[in-house]
Amino acid sequence: MLSDLERRLLNDYQHGFPLSPTPYADIARGLGVSEAEVLAALTRLKQQGAVSRVGAVLRPNTVGVSTLAAMAVPNAELETVAALVSSYPEVNHNYEREHTLNLWFVATAPDSVRLQQVLNEISTRSGYAVLPFPLLDDYHIDLGFDLKWT
Amino acid sequence: MSLAPQTGRTPPLLDETDRRLLAAIQSGLPLVSRPYAELGARLGLSEVEVMARLQQLQTRGVISRFGVVVRHHEVGYGANAMVVWDVPDEQVRELGRCLAEFDFITLCYRRPRHLPQWRYNLYCMIHGKTREDVLSNLEWMVNRCGLQGLSHEVLFSRRRFKQRGAAYFDETPAAGSAGGG
Repeated sequence: MLSDLERRLLNDYQHGFPLSPTPYADIARGLGVSEAEVLAALTRLKQQGAVSRVGAVLRPNTVGVSTLAAMAVPNAELETVAALVSSYPEVNHNYEREHTLNLWFVATAPDSVRLQQVLNEISTRSGYAVLPFPLLDDYHIDLGFDLKWT
Repeated sequence: MSLAPQTGRTPPLLDETDRRLLAAIQSGLPLVSRPYAELGARLGLSEVEVMARLQQLQTRGVISRFGVVVRHHEVGYGANAMVVWDVPDEQVRELGRCLAEFDFITLCYRRPRHLPQWRYNLYCMIHGKTREDVLSNLEWMVNRCGLQGLSHEVLFSRRRFKQRGAAYFDETPAAGSAGGG
């Protein structure tokens, strides 16, 4: 079970994290706890996997170049192909989804040449086509996700 | 198909120091009392300069969000679906903006069709505690945005093979999660 402190940390600081010399102490003051408690809770949440990091989410295609891509892979080979896809450091998300196009991943590279090379290699090595779905327009303003506990 | 950025935005110019700073926080802000000072010490920058550059990167839209990055699955949101619609090109912006307003949506993008095998051009990601939650949110959204007549598919995730922050920089592999591009 998550404590009240953990819930507040997870929900209330997904954006607008303090850019002050002592951000964790500032958060602690706002929550009526000590800086040490905030640091301990964040460390624990990170170890448990609930927090992936305190940090920056970059807007797609501002620093590197990224794309969503999909493949249709027979079930018997899905794990093998998924492992091949995940083995690329350029791949950051890789999911099985309920569809004939059943493997969906996001790849990010410093430039489009390298990105294309990764997709080509995955296709050649797996023997299955890779359909790229690069972003054309982004409609969502990312403020994090409002967690509802009840 | 070209994978060059097609967003219509000119990528903001980053100087070498910005790139080193973004690389240094790729795996997360240090969990210490003065994290910006620690980053500065690693990079040969002052604490003030680290904070100022992070502020500028947000103002310029390079950093879209700075804060706690949560893994939805680990905090009780066990269901997520990528919902894809086939929307007439002239309506996609308006409908995309309508969908993006809902608080259970984490991503909403226009992407190219791949005819004949894939006709969908508007994508959004819905997170929920259960499949039923996701589907009832979807129904609510369809009604509110007037999407009833448009063909769509709901692609629930089945297995997560990999989830972490994008590795934009070679030197420090990330170990986190982020909404992907």
